[in-house]
Amino acid sequence: MKELWHRASDSLIGLGAEVRFLLRLIILVPGALLRFDLIMAQIWNAGALSLVIIMLSGLFVGMVLGLQGFQLLQRFGSEEALGTAAAIGLVKELGPVITALLFAGRAGTALASELGLMRATDQLSAMEMMAVDPIKRVVVPRFLGGVIAMPLLAAIFSVIGIYGAQLIGVQIMGIDSGSFWSQMRAGVGLSDITEGIAKSAVFGVACSLIAVYEGYYAMATAAGVGRATTRTVVTSAVVILFLDYLLTAAFL
Amino acid sequence: MSIPRGGVTAVMGPSGTGKTTLLRLITGQVRADSGAIEVAGQNLRTLRRAELYVLRRRMGMLFQNGALLTDLTVFDNVAYPIREHTDLPERLVRQLVLTKLQAVGLRGAAYLMPSELSGGMSRRVALARAIVMDPEILIYDEPFVGLDPISMGVILRLIRRLNDTLGLTSIVVSHDVEEISTVADNVFLLSGGKVVAKGTPQELRSYPSEIVRQFVGGLADGPVPFHYPAPDYFSELLATGEDS
Repeated sequence: MKELWHRASDSLIGLGAEVRFLLRLIILVPGALLRFDLIMAQIWNAGALSLVIIMLSGLFVGMVLGLQGFQLLQRFGSEEALGTAAAIGLVKELGPVITALLFAGRAGTALASELGLMRATDQLSAMEMMAVDPIKRVVVPRFLGGVIAMPLLAAIFSVIGIYGAQLIGVQIMGIDSGSFWSQMRAGVGLSDITEGIAKSAVFGVACSLIAVYEGYYAMATAAGVGRATTRTVVTSAVVILFLDYLLTAAFL
Repeated sequence: MSIPRGGVTAVMGPSGTGKTTLLRLITGQVRADSGAIEVAGQNLRTLRRAELYVLRRRMGMLFQNGALLTDLTVFDNVAYPIREHTDLPERLVRQLVLTKLQAVGLRGAAYLMPSELSGGMSRRVALARAIVMDPEILIYDEPFVGLDPISMGVILRLIRRLNDTLGLTSIVVSHDVEEISTVADNVFLLSGGKVVAKGTPQELRSYPSEIVRQFVGGLADGPVPFHYPAPDYFSELLATGEDS
């Protein structure tokens, strides 16, 4: 019981430190925007380099949705609703969540291990000694790169996913193409898309924050960097699913 | 402890006596809980972050492994502080960087990546980076660790030459007694977090103190014991597993 209490208070302290770190990053954001070249490079790192895995996963998830949805809807004789079902599922739920999980695994770990290694090889201290604030020059651009890239990736994931569902439903199972698309356009409202965008934006902030926080405060050893990477994935996954529940409830 | 302006001062001592901590205190990377540290007349304990950064522009530091930014070329590494702190035209940046690289003998390596350099070379590049903003104080953290004799000789010569030609104040933390004696003007010997001896390298050789004699002579046993504190040898060997 006592240990449980200790653990709870430890993680609360950790959460507090993380929020303080976030505030510090936010204060430095306007200054960092002046160096947009640094942010561009990080959008490339976090976003463009994650494209292949995001697009492939999106395609497969969409195709699975197509198969499962078709099976289910066929029972009620309403196969044409597949477009709506897949689009809503992807835009509101699967797109943001799976993209965020993949993003944490691909870009988050890369960020955390990069920052951790910079810490371990004194690069961050060297910048401080050159009177350059490493949070401003290294951490904030990486954070912003992730925040900007994540919603874009989620959008791409959803679009490719819908294409995958269409591929199965229309091309293979023979649903009428016109009714597939027109039902989707009628069934998906602006609020669904807003919800998806809001979720992916929140997940982007959470994933990027966790990655740069774990990396920046990694212990300066090989084991420390490894631990930071693992913690990035684990914490991100739990936080994403928890936030997803909160946001879904809020949007109801 | 006061470090004179304009010379090469060595800080020596057994591992774990706080040499690196001392450097971190001098450079403001950690703050002292008590006491006062003054650099160029400013007390580091009361300095605000922005003021500390201004002061740091007057210092250069060479880290143990160079600490070059691994995603930049040698040239960009040396140019980094100039580009961060000034708006000089690129032509001038180029000239500054090339002259500093020439000073450490690595102008030809300007467009290599840090991963392509040997240990001694990356330390020389880091040295070029440390002097590129023309600091008044140059600090070396264990500059000889893991270097072959040639690279070591090169770094030693550079420490002396840069100090004299650029009019620096150099602080070198090291435990290579022989090497450092050839370049240092003054030596502080630390042990257990305290200064146990100070003077020129020659004075230190004949210093009337056990710990100094052990350190300078490289003796295995003395005030710094060979054995880590442990219970009595025989009784521990004879004890059964459960007792211990």
